[in-house]
Amino acid sequence: MGKQPVAKRPVFLERKSYRARRMMDAVRLLPFLGLALWMAPLMWPLPDPQGQGGIAMSTALMYLFGVWCGLAILGWVLWRHTRPSDSKRDAED
Amino acid sequence: MVGLNQLVLVCLAYVVFLFGIAFLAERAARQGRGARFLRSPVVYTLSLSIYCTAWTFYGAVGYAARSGLEYLTIYLGPSLVMIGWWWILRRLVSIGRSQRVTSIADLISARYGKSNVLAIVVTVMAVIGVTPYIALQLQSVVLSLSIFAAPDLRGTDADSTFNAVSAAFWVATGLALFTVLFGTRNLNVHERHHGIVIAVAVEAVVKLIALLAVGVFVVWGLAGGVGETLARIDASPIGAWDMQGSRWITLTMLSAAAFLCLPRMFQVMVVENDEESHLGIASWAFPAYLMLISLFVMPIAVVGLDLLPAGSNPDLFVLSLPLSQNQNGLAMLSFLGGFSSATSMVIVATLALSTMVSNHVVMPVWLAMRREGATQSGDVRNVVILARRVSILFIIALGFFYYRASGGSGALAAIGTISFGGVAQFLPVLLGGIFWRGATRSGALAGLAVGFTLWVFTMLLPGLGPGVVLSQPVFDNGLFGLGLLRPQALFGIEGVDPTVHAALWSLSLNSFAFVLVSLLTFPAPVERLQGAQFVNVVDHTGANRVWTASLAGSEDLMIMTQRILGAEDAQAFFRSMARTQGVQGHLPEPTPEFIQALERELAGSVGAATAHAMVSQIVGGTSVSVQDLLAVADESAELLEYSSQLEQKSRELALTAGQLRRANEKLTQLSLQKDAFLSQISHELRTPMTSIRSFSEILRDADSLSETEKNRYASIIHSETLRLTRLLNDLLDLSVLENGQVSLHLTQAPLDEVLQRAVTTALAGQEGKLWVDISHENPDVMLSTDLDRLVQVFINLITNAQKYCLSDDPQLRISAAMTAQGLTIDFKDNGAGIAADEQAVIFEKFYRVSGSQGEGAGLGLAICQEIMARLGGGISYLPDSGGAVFRVSLPPEASVAQQGPAVLAAQK
Repeated sequence: MGKQPVAKRPVFLERKSYRARRMMDAVRLLPFLGLALWMAPLMWPLPDPQGQGGIAMSTALMYLFGVWCGLAILGWVLWRHTRPSDSKRDAED
Repeated sequence: MVGLNQLVLVCLAYVVFLFGIAFLAERAARQGRGARFLRSPVVYTLSLSIYCTAWTFYGAVGYAARSGLEYLTIYLGPSLVMIGWWWILRRLVSIGRSQRVTSIADLISARYGKSNVLAIVVTVMAVIGVTPYIALQLQSVVLSLSIFAAPDLRGTDADSTFNAVSAAFWVATGLALFTVLFGTRNLNVHERHHGIVIAVAVEAVVKLIALLAVGVFVVWGLAGGVGETLARIDASPIGAWDMQGSRWITLTMLSAAAFLCLPRMFQVMVVENDEESHLGIASWAFPAYLMLISLFVMPIAVVGLDLLPAGSNPDLFVLSLPLSQNQNGLAMLSFLGGFSSATSMVIVATLALSTMVSNHVVMPVWLAMRREGATQSGDVRNVVILARRVSILFIIALGFFYYRASGGSGALAAIGTISFGGVAQFLPVLLGGIFWRGATRSGALAGLAVGFTLWVFTMLLPGLGPGVVLSQPVFDNGLFGLGLLRPQALFGIEGVDPTVHAALWSLSLNSFAFVLVSLLTFPAPVERLQGAQFVNVVDHTGANRVWTASLAGSEDLMIMTQRILGAEDAQAFFRSMARTQGVQGHLPEPTPEFIQALERELAGSVGAATAHAMVSQIVGGTSVSVQDLLAVADESAELLEYSSQLEQKSRELALTAGQLRRANEKLTQLSLQKDAFLSQISHELRTPMTSIRSFSEILRDADSLSETEKNRYASIIHSETLRLTRLLNDLLDLSVLENGQVSLHLTQAPLDEVLQRAVTTALAGQEGKLWVDISHENPDVMLSTDLDRLVQVFINLITNAQKYCLSDDPQLRISAAMTAQGLTIDFKDNGAGIAADEQAVIFEKFYRVSGSQGEGAGLGLAICQEIMARLGGGISYLPDSGGAVFRVSLPPEASVAQQGPAVLAAQK
């Protein structure tokens, strides 16, 4: 992978392809991040029988939808950086 | 208030609009226009929104009103699957494209050795699992219609003029019509159902806009802004995070599984996929779509609970809220959104299911009934299309009857969850099939059977309520009174949420049975081949099966293909294949590559198993399995061996031929020699005979002969007779020796004595001109051989020296020496020797050295050579030794040192 001798390849390109590979790693790991974040509410305290305490629904809503937005945006950013046409264009630069 | 008739009119207008769009898209696709739009990632992403059915549109709000945030799990699971596209969806799409998969049943059957049994099982399970879902859509459309007819907005006390069942019937009929029209237009699934996909995409936009519009109206129109809405939510009965952890996890996983396994999702996600790169875009765009569509669910639910009278059906808040505020336009839009959700789901689900039913159930049955084959009679294309249309009607009818039977009761969410649980049973088999090469057909069947049975027992039947199929005692005491078999407390484990309980048991035991049986069974060759193809799909996509197509006539294949794909498409396909092969005309050679391509093309229309069966009918059922390949490999190894044997034999033959040729040459030479010998011998005989005859005639006829003359002539006759006798003796001797008839008389004598005898005999009666000198290193050597013959050889050699040594002072030196090879005795004279060109032929019969006098017939050396060969030794001429040197050699066993008589005795 990144093991070609430095003399043979420019440092710039090496770094770039290294970056591309890490981007693909991120694409692969993103669902696990999403799963972890969306399962986090399991640790939240539940309200007592009288309906007191616990996490307010508005907070829960904002958290869950925030994670959702974050995942979609992150997915978009990663897609921008990993799509084939993009890397091709970059390679020509 | 909007009237029902008005609503129906709007509905019809909307349907006409959809028809128009679908029609335009079909026409554009046929003419090759608008491909960029029709196949854009946007359309692909929007078509995925088929996931959001009326269950989402109406049910989510009801779900939220009843159970708070739990409704979100239904969308979190699919979002995770899409975000994690790299893991599973990428593989599924690759497999779907490389194997020309037509449905999830086709995929599973193809993976497990094109097993039709498995395809049927999956099809039946899918139909059973999805029918409630289709009924659910009909129910939601009818409910939404009824609320326009009902005056009190509760959706419970419908207007007497509104007949729910007939409404459901008309909706079902309309949907069936649409699906038949656009779903069975073209047969090849891989040409994609552009019309339907576009219609679905449009409906996706409509339902999103409708839900967003209601949401915006609720948040900003009714609640008064985001802050106020959040405050209202917190103050509502569902105002706090109150979620069972197990349900949260289980439902998320279940929805993720269903997202992958639902036939309609598989249809739009895998079958209708044009480019794998679209997945990358959908991976973030679809979660965003899901996020938007579920964004306003909670506010609508909370505001609905607030504003609408108690007892209102929360499943219809999306409609009843705008209606209650007299927002008729918005209500109409909302209705269209719900209508869109329901119709698009029904259309695609029915299409997917009908493909499965017609390919895996109807076609195999039809083919089995017409044993004589697809080429003989009937138009397969029409049969396939008819089968598909009948299947569509059948499935929609099934949904309708389920709706009628269930009486339109029950919360939407509950029915949806049950359906999810059913299709999720495909997941272990599906994932095992694409990740694990060890998964076998028997394992898949076992897993599906266990999972499906448990799902029916713990989820489907209890979901209908006690007393419908399972009686209350069964709920309380278990099946057959066994406490371990209580549908909601399996194996005595109580207190688990029913959904979690069912999902946990069915999926875990499903996986367990699948893995266990897979580990214990051995897959068939085709299964192993397909398994390797599926698991390694990302690494390579190669040929999966080899047809031995020598028997298949291209024409027969053409006839069959025409009947399936239609004449135009079939001819185009054959022409293009012929062009790739570089063949003139429109019929390509039936190469294995061509047959394989053809089978894949057909698989796109009738499914892998059926296409396989049809092609094998024509090709003669000679699909080559791995076992066949192994047999072929064995055979070719044998052939290789055989050919190497042949090669060896032909080499041997060539060798023998060479030997024969040489033998023939030798024979020819021998024949020439014989001729020469005969002419020589007649010449040799004639010369003395001539002189004998002449002199005997003189003696007879001449009267006046002196006594001296008479005496002289008689002497001549006598000597000639002697010469003749000698010649004949020699010839007889030679013939005896050459025929090997000679018997050797082994005797023993010292070498010295033998030589003395020879010299004495040879020199007797001659003028003692020749001086003979005998010298030997070891005078005690004893000879044990036929001494008379040996002496004959010696005499001949001494006589030759006497005759041919022309020196003034002729001398013969006889020297004997012991070597490792035996005893050698050299006869060396001091004459001129023998000319180089004559050395090679002196041992030939009748050869006499040129320019020599004497009466020899030229047989002496030939006889010597024969004798020595008999004695196991040899005689040779040693050139360049100063004078003529003949060497006689005797084998070691013929000469024994004096001191070794014991050894000799022992040898005897």
